[in-house]
Amino acid sequence: MPAYTLRIRRFDPQSGEAPHWDEHTVEMPETQSVLDAILKVRDEVDGSVGIRCSCQQAICGSCGVRMNGKPGLACNTHLGEAAERGHGVGWNPPEEGQVAPVIAVEPMGNMPVIRDLIVDMDAVHWKKIRRVTPWLVNQQPVPEREYIVPHENMVDVTQTMACIQCGACVSDCLAMEVDPLFVGPAALAKAYRFVGDPRDAQHRERLQDLAEDEHGIYDCTHCFNCIDACPKGVDPMSQIMRLRRRAGSDYEIEDRNNGYRHEHAFVNNIRRNGLLHEADLLPDSYGGKFNPRAVPELIGALPTAMTALRRGKMTPKTALGHPHKAPAEVKRIFEKVEGRSGRVELNLYVTGYEDEPEATGGGQRETATAAEPNAQGRPESVGAGERQPAAESLDADAVASETGTTEGETR
Amino acid sequence: MRVAYWPGCVSRGFTPELHGSMAKVAPLLDIELIELDRAACCGAGVIAEHNQELADTLNARTFALAQRTDGELMMNICSTCQGAQSECQERLDANTEYRERVNQNLADEGLRYEKGLTNKNFLWLLVEEIGLEALRARVKRPLSNLRVGPFYGCYIVRPVDRLGIDSERPRDRYLHWVIEALGGTVIDYAGVYKCCGFPIITMNKQASLAQAGRHLGDALDAQADCLVVPCPLCHLNLDMQQPGAAKVVGRDLGMPVLHLPQLVGLALGLSPKELGMTKHIVKPTSVIDWSTAVVAGTDDTAVGARRVA
Ligand code: SF4
Ligand code: SF4
Ligand code: SF4
Ligand code: SF4
Ligand code: FES
Repeated sequence: MPAYTLRIRRFDPQSGEAPHWDEHTVEMPETQSVLDAILKVRDEVDGSVGIRCSCQQAICGSCGVRMNGKPGLACNTHLGEAAERGHGVGWNPPEEGQVAPVIAVEPMGNMPVIRDLIVDMDAVHWKKIRRVTPWLVNQQPVPEREYIVPHENMVDVTQTMACIQCGACVSDCLAMEVDPLFVGPAALAKAYRFVGDPRDAQHRERLQDLAEDEHGIYDCTHCFNCIDACPKGVDPMSQIMRLRRRAGSDYEIEDRNNGYRHEHAFVNNIRRNGLLHEADLLPDSYGGKFNPRAVPELIGALPTAMTALRRGKMTPKTALGHPHKAPAEVKRIFEKVEGRSGRVELNLYVTGYEDEPEATGGGQRETATAAEPNAQGRPESVGAGERQPAAESLDADAVASETGTTEGETR
Repeated sequence: MRVAYWPGCVSRGFTPELHGSMAKVAPLLDIELIELDRAACCGAGVIAEHNQELADTLNARTFALAQRTDGELMMNICSTCQGAQSECQERLDANTEYRERVNQNLADEGLRYEKGLTNKNFLWLLVEEIGLEALRARVKRPLSNLRVGPFYGCYIVRPVDRLGIDSERPRDRYLHWVIEALGGTVIDYAGVYKCCGFPIITMNKQASLAQAGRHLGDALDAQADCLVVPCPLCHLNLDMQQPGAAKVVGRDLGMPVLHLPQLVGLALGLSPKELGMTKHIVKPTSVIDWSTAVVAGTDDTAVGARRVA
């Protein structure tokens, strides 16, 4: 039976002592979970190890920890898999001088430690969840009978509904690391749960609120950590991007954080130039060179720009001119795709992969779930031909389009 | 080998030294670059955030242009391009109907993307196609004594599934391996896999620069001589914005940041000037003593790193 070196980070804030690591060797099959190993140590060696757990089957969301640097559920991570995880991202080079592979278990990040592996979810995670009004605000008047919700809309929010509130994404959110006030991945994914639900009456208010909040949807640095952290495939970052798409394109909410302007400036920049002209992007993100909001920012950026000019990083030509024109083809693509009435989106969480993707540069490998029926038990087809937003006739507000998303029509 | 080459926009705009150094390094590694000069920006995730089909179409067009060349594969020199393009490709490859729809958008131009393109960042190509042994054999000036902090950035290491990272292809260790193969010393510091903050520079400058400043400071504390990045956008936040980042974190930084082809070029015998290092905001020459740098150096004449201040 394989052996593992289980390192557990111990800390009791009340004791006044600094955190330290305990080390135990455990012999267990590689298909047992990290939680099994921790509980074994607690039961047989040291009863004082602090760990929170309940269901032991990835449902209750209470056993979030970091294993070899990566956050996840202790109960659904095999020992063998944890031992291979890297301190950085995905792979752990064998440590020298260790007989058995090391599995270092520590509490999740971005939240205060209560004891050992237990963090204070109330202080951070739940507070943020409450911040986004995590319940449905009814349309008035309430219908006499049940609401009829289009299937497509429910499919659309299925992914966010898979969240078990474990906090793994919050643990490693890099925006939160520098800005603790950031609403964060789990709460924003929860926000999309209601923004994507046609029964909710406050889409605009919710979006406006989260766009205007300087720690809201535009504070996410698009770092993908929450995607890799989530044991349930919620893809919080993608939900945040959908919130931005709704706020910026469907509701045209011009927030004071420049999120709307930056997105539009970027897209227009490429439409105009084919390639990105950074020199225009900055002023345009603040509303154009002559917008009063742009002035302080541009003056602030001047020293940098001057040094860049001096070093030959930007030439006056790249700073001011438009040296190359985009091929007309690029413009035509913009016109064609943006000219359509509804947007089309393919959500692989819902559709699955048609068949095993071949290794691309990205080389996705066995992530494929071959042409699996989606969560609703029927194959989803997306992207065929022109298609009207499914929800159109029902509730204009329920989206101009994004239903176009997971859409796929009912057959 | 011949590769269809997508340099990205920033490498020709704000960081021209990246494109320039790649062009100089390629022949030394027997890479022939077929530049995709008609392709458009990959959208860096922002276009996808705005309109997914639009981003997928623009990238499918780039892929189709690449497939028209006789290159063995497509290569990029920007993590952000790699990430944004892998994301689009994942969707295009996963669903025939969707791919057809996108191909319809390209039909006017007579272009068509066929599933299964291989698109690799220069870093991956170095390790997987050229090989570390071959790279080592070409080193003329080992980077002995140079303490290099790898900074991967986000788009090239996450999400691991999409990018094909696992124990067989630990692409999240490649930067470490390349630094070692070039004779340098790898400095591990807290920021190796973190985000430079660039995506929110116009939205939350404070948080953005706090990120950059923190990683630069951590590298400094770990006594790195310089950082190396496979992404020009990381370079913008870590180098160009470094003076601002220093203010936000309230400490002197002065940490040079090299583009990957520059680091490779140095070891292959090119001069800092040829590699455009004079264009950096934090001049590498100000903290690295290049005077001992001679071609075909032995250990004591190798690139020596010395902090002067
Ligand atoms: S992608 Fe955004 S929300 Fe997710 S971890 Fe990164 S910064 Fe946080
Ligand atoms: S989104 Fe995923 S990682 Fe975040 S709390 Fe929900 S289940 Fe956990
Ligand atoms: S990510 Fe950057 S460099 Fe790559 S194509 Fe887009 S704007 Fe250009
Ligand atoms: S570190 Fe910054 S520029 Fe680099 S990939 Fe991440 S977000 Fe992009
Ligand atoms: S114990 Fe319930 S999710 Fe792990």
